[in-house]
Amino acid sequence: MVQEPNGPVVSGSGDYVTINIGPSHPAMHGTLRVIAQTDGETVIKADPEIGYLHRGVEKLGENLTYHQFIPITDRLNYCSAIANNVSYERAVEKLMGIEIPVKAQLVRVIMMELARIADHQVCVGILGVDLGAFTPFFYQIIQREEIYEVFEWYNGARLTNTFGRIGGLDADLPEKFAEKWPGLKDGIRKANDETDKLLTHNRIWMDRTIGVNPFSPEDALSWGFTGPCLRACGVKRDMRKNEPYYLYDQFDFDVPTGKNGDVFDRYMVRLKEMEESIKIIDQAYRMYLEMPEDAPLKAKVPKIIKPPAGEVYSAIESPNGELGFFIKSDGSDKPYRIKIRPPCYMIYQAFPEMVEGEMIADLIACLSSLNIIAGELDR
Amino acid sequence: MDLKERVERCLGSDALSVTEYRGDITVEVPRRRIITVLKKLKEAADLEFDFLTDLFGVDNLDLYKKKKKKKGDEEEAEKGAQEPQPPRFEVNYLLQSLKSNERLRVKIQVPEDDLEVESATVLWKAADWPERECFDMFGIRFKGHYNLKRLLMWDEFPDHPLRKDYPLEGKGEERHFPVCEF
Repeated sequence: MVQEPNGPVVSGSGDYVTINIGPSHPAMHGTLRVIAQTDGETVIKADPEIGYLHRGVEKLGENLTYHQFIPITDRLNYCSAIANNVSYERAVEKLMGIEIPVKAQLVRVIMMELARIADHQVCVGILGVDLGAFTPFFYQIIQREEIYEVFEWYNGARLTNTFGRIGGLDADLPEKFAEKWPGLKDGIRKANDETDKLLTHNRIWMDRTIGVNPFSPEDALSWGFTGPCLRACGVKRDMRKNEPYYLYDQFDFDVPTGKNGDVFDRYMVRLKEMEESIKIIDQAYRMYLEMPEDAPLKAKVPKIIKPPAGEVYSAIESPNGELGFFIKSDGSDKPYRIKIRPPCYMIYQAFPEMVEGEMIADLIACLSSLNIIAGELDR
Repeated sequence: MDLKERVERCLGSDALSVTEYRGDITVEVPRRRIITVLKKLKEAADLEFDFLTDLFGVDNLDLYKKKKKKKGDEEEAEKGAQEPQPPRFEVNYLLQSLKSNERLRVKIQVPEDDLEVESATVLWKAADWPERECFDMFGIRFKGHYNLKRLLMWDEFPDHPLRKDYPLEGKGEERHFPVCEF
């Protein structure tokens, strides 16, 4: 793919039809656009065009103070805003050399894992919708609303959470969480169970997903894949295990992997990861309850944040993969340069290679299973 | 042996400087040697930086301006103009080793009058879009890239928006959508 010139394909009969999909199309998740050359129903060449949701987040960041940038990070991956907030805050804390208190770390872990479940629920649900199975979507979305209820207790926002502050948290975990969590946990498990029963061994589902867009681990690593899409290819890599941050090295959880890297494996990895997230929240919440009530939630941070000149890169395992922030500071109260490393940006650039020679319907399936979020992709 | 020493030993005279800040190790290398250096780092047995996490540009224009202003009080402004201009842009490569999980940042300086860098797509396919974005945002051209066109902005866009001399509110560019282009 890399060596080929990007001209129109001229081999074969030459009787190709160019189809434009998106940017405004129900199956194109936000504002993605693919220009596909097709031979009958087979995709000969797909050329994604991105940038329809480009808001210049990095440029905005250079003109805002460190705290003002937190709400902007909500708008990256809007399905799991909390993971973005934490990743950014962690980068600034690294730049300033701050270690946040244990209690704040635990609350961050709990909220991040809830966001991971919510993100995977959307992905699994929408994948079903795109392939014509509408019911599992409702099971998943009902439970996601329950998770959003917890977020809403925290600070009133359901989607764009603006969670945490630089140096820790502004508020403790809501007290009602204690009575909510057991029911919520069962609800999520039940929804996953229903989804599993409706889809996993369904003949139509298996035909539509198994062996569709398989991807080899070597290709995936060369393309810079991270997260569930990489693990579906059979590579056991998870930043929570490989480079543990916060208290992830103390939790007991598995890293589910697939085998072929096809749509089915990506779906299964996400489904299993939700269960692992529940396990992590259980352990983190137990540790949280053992903490004294008046344990600090915030490290000592100056009111105006002015990190010393320098540059750092810090990343976490977001629901989609490695979400990293590079921040260069010149010693003033605004970052000199912010570079966001979104996980699905790296994944989506392999899209032409993945769908070449597949059917148009499989192109849609592939796109939803990759969980491309336009806000994160275009920034 | 710690990472800093291993990198220095592997690169030899190519490592212009190896610095550490908050646990992040950055190595600066000559611009024309970048592909050789990346290949060395990828293949050296004790390093194996075989995963490209990201690639991006930085515009240091304001940083140099600020430094000059500080100096200007004591020295004459004319003297500053005579000094050789430091390279305006830099390109950062974030590498990771899949075996040891270590991370390394490789940095090259790119002067404004010669914005050309060898493309890293020969080593990693992952360099494809980041290089296009770097071209889009800073105007740095990557030699050997098979499809170097704008990524986020539209093709006819006249400027490079992440440069420091480009205003935040833009210059009033408008995109005219053709009804049917393909």
